Amino acid sequence: MTTSSGQEESKKLQLYSYYRSSCSFRVRIALNLKGLDYEYKAVNLLKGEQHSPEFVKVNPIGYVPALVDGDILVSDSFAIVMYLEEKYPQHPLLPRDLEKRAINYQAANIVSASIQPLQNLDVLKYIEEKVGPDAKIPWVQKHIGKGFAALEKLLQNHAGKYATGDDVFLADVFLAPQIHGSIHRFNLDMKPFPLLSRLHEAYMQLPAFQDALPENQPDFPAT
Amino acid sequence: MVMMKDNGEEFPKKLQLYSFSTSPPSFSVRIALNLKGLDYEYKAVNLFKGEQHRPEFLKINPIGFIPALMDGDMVLADSFAIILYLEEKYPQHPLLPCDLAKRAINYQAANFVCSSIQPLIRLPILKYIGDNVGLEEKVPWVHKHVGKGFTALEKLLKDHAGKYATGDEIFLADVLLAPYIVGYLQRYNFDMSEYPLLSRLAEAYKQVPAIQDAMPEKQPDFPIN
Repeated sequence: MTTSSGQEESKKLQLYSYYRSSCSFRVRIALNLKGLDYEYKAVNLLKGEQHSPEFVKVNPIGYVPALVDGDILVSDSFAIVMYLEEKYPQHPLLPRDLEKRAINYQAANIVSASIQPLQNLDVLKYIEEKVGPDAKIPWVQKHIGKGFAALEKLLQNHAGKYATGDDVFLADVFLAPQIHGSIHRFNLDMKPFPLLSRLHEAYMQLPAFQDALPENQPDFPAT
Repeated sequence: MVMMKDNGEEFPKKLQLYSFSTSPPSFSVRIALNLKGLDYEYKAVNLFKGEQHRPEFLKINPIGFIPALMDGDMVLADSFAIILYLEEKYPQHPLLPCDLAKRAINYQAANFVCSSIQPLIRLPILKYIGDNVGLEEKVPWVHKHVGKGFTALEKLLKDHAGKYATGDEIFLADVLLAPYIVGYLQRYNFDMSEYPLLSRLAEAYKQVPAIQDAMPEKQPDFPIN
């Protein structure tokens, strides 16, 4: 959209994101699935930019991802995805059936509560420094492994083409970045997880996921 | 209300909650059930004794997580998922406001607890810290992660809190937050004085019957010693 002076109107939605953050990745997928245009605002977590005065002014809580929608600021990927779901109902991210919805909530929370928090930068840095550099990978693989084993069990009677049927829902939005990161960042052996492996292949075919991949973001480091 | 069979036995209650008295996520689900006036059968699973790994429990919930809710044929684990399921299936005493922005505040507060605080202070994590870094490191670890989460909550809620976290009614944010601030952190000598809003909320929560009835010490499996 351009104004009469020829400048672009600022996009209504702004996403503060880090290319490699799996929480940011989730939100990018949700925005893409819903066909929502947004302005990408890079925040480099490795460099600590979430503590910079400019970012803290936007989001005093300092968490990334953060979504700005007009006057409203939402932090936390789960909260952002639920907000998007409730405000922009196109391409619903939850099925109508109550039990299927519950499976989606459970799968999303296994990722966001049982797995991802144990692999965030601060925690890994602590493990590396206080336990030892060799402790980091076993720690990550143990927690991902436990979570993935739980997901295989949870989804085995529900999965279709995607995690909870033949449509992409909340569970997929959370699973896709977790599986991708586990393979590419942590070299996880996926052989014990045949369902999640199959889902990963399916996700990689979807434009909404492809466009959200870390390597397709403006802040992906140029080599 | 208790339903009786002709022979004087009780009908099994439709809802069964697999719970551990002192676990904050179990406490949250008990609060939600109480707020909605839902009767349920309490099934104790002792996390200290590893009962969540026993075949009897795994048969019901192969994932082995506590709390777990059984509603007819359905088994669901994860406190946040259970509470959202209860909200959708049993709409009495809504746990989310109608306003989108206020709902978003509730989702954020709930997830600050579920994803930023609880996962890092669970017993198996503390055991790892104790075994691999040092026993004296457990309390500083708890203080650090709870502190970060509470600082975020103070900032998030300051323009929204009323009598409770996001206004004058109890909602999702309160249900997830209450278990941590009405006594759980005393065992870690956590100083609440830096968190004036949360301290005020704690006092309000202690007056709420649904929360009082859900307190660990009121549960059948609360350890006597």
